[in-house]
Amino acid sequence: MTDSWKISLGSFGLLAAVCIGSAALAAGTEADFKQAYAAADAAEKEAGRLRNQWLATEAALADARKAAERSDFDRAVAAAREAEALAKASIFQATSEKEAWKNLEIR
Amino acid sequence: MRLLLISLAALLLADAAAVADSTDPAAEARAFRDYFFRKFPNVKPDDFSNGPYALNEDMRRQWEEKEQFPPYEFSLEAGKELFAKPFANGKHYADCFPDQGIGIRQNYPQFDAKSRKVITLELALNQCREANGEKAISYTGEDMAALTAYMAFTSRGKPFDIRIPDDPRALEAYENGKRYFYTRRGQLNFSCATCHVQNPGERLRAEVLAPALGILNAMPIYRSEWGGMGTTSRRFISCNSQVRGVPLEAQSEEYRDLEYFLSYVSNGLPISGPGARP
Repeated sequence: MTDSWKISLGSFGLLAAVCIGSAALAAGTEADFKQAYAAADAAEKEAGRLRNQWLATEAALADARKAAERSDFDRAVAAAREAEALAKASIFQATSEKEAWKNLEIR
Repeated sequence: MRLLLISLAALLLADAAAVADSTDPAAEARAFRDYFFRKFPNVKPDDFSNGPYALNEDMRRQWEEKEQFPPYEFSLEAGKELFAKPFANGKHYADCFPDQGIGIRQNYPQFDAKSRKVITLELALNQCREANGEKAISYTGEDMAALTAYMAFTSRGKPFDIRIPDDPRALEAYENGKRYFYTRRGQLNFSCATCHVQNPGERLRAEVLAPALGILNAMPIYRSEWGGMGTTSRRFISCNSQVRGVPLEAQSEEYRDLEYFLSYVSNGLPISGPGARP
């Protein structure tokens, strides 16, 4: 059980790192921000529907809004894309756990 | 042909076993308890109600000294006063509960067939208030902690006696609670079981992780980390936050079902609340 936990956590961390790494390459205008934020917001709403939102996603969304308020759209787009990547990882988690939770069950 | 029949029979047996596994809470509770009894053969069964103090001798000695002047004492007194204070209509909390609310903590949560949901003690207290024209109080606030502390204190030593009635909806609530308990969530990808089944007795930073068995018997708890009392609702919310998940709303269906499952698998262990934890 402990080994599978380590493998699962490792894979999960790698996925999140790749997603967030690609998000960090973002740059853009207000229009880019609005598009990136809408995508992130939609993904986070889906995570909410699955009852599995992450604090980091909420923080990244808040960062994006604050950066956009001060017209720092490079930062705003990067934060929004990070939020989308995190939200998608939480959706992946919730979806895979629909069956995977059984592996931890005491029988 | 014979091979085919044997294979079919084996498949049918496997299916039946799978269904039985998922629909036999009594057997699951036995397996749950046995897991912890095997993992900690030197811990007496009832002692699991004392959480990390059952697993760590140093912490136990400090706790026993602290229990002479327990940090939850003020809350306990406040809870006793709140419990006795009449509502505006002259009625009391005691009028809403069997045995006037004394010595009944071990019977909560309950499945209510009429509302088709799990009723925790915290929810029952607010239902009582609202039925008597009072506003609900916060599930994570001091008053709720104080009230449940008093009700737990009057029930100390009584074994958890959680019932799952012969009702598929009750069984579903138990199953949902079990699923929530084992489901990984949050950015850290932890389930409740990651800490409280796989790693009880181990340290998470300065904290010694409590075993899941008996973990709710000590609720509500005074936590030094919080600098005050906390309800079961507060504990669940705090756990979700610690794994970097957005907590659900207090007394959401998921949390109530989780409490139902966790309490049921601790049936037979004594109520030890209110408790004190680092």
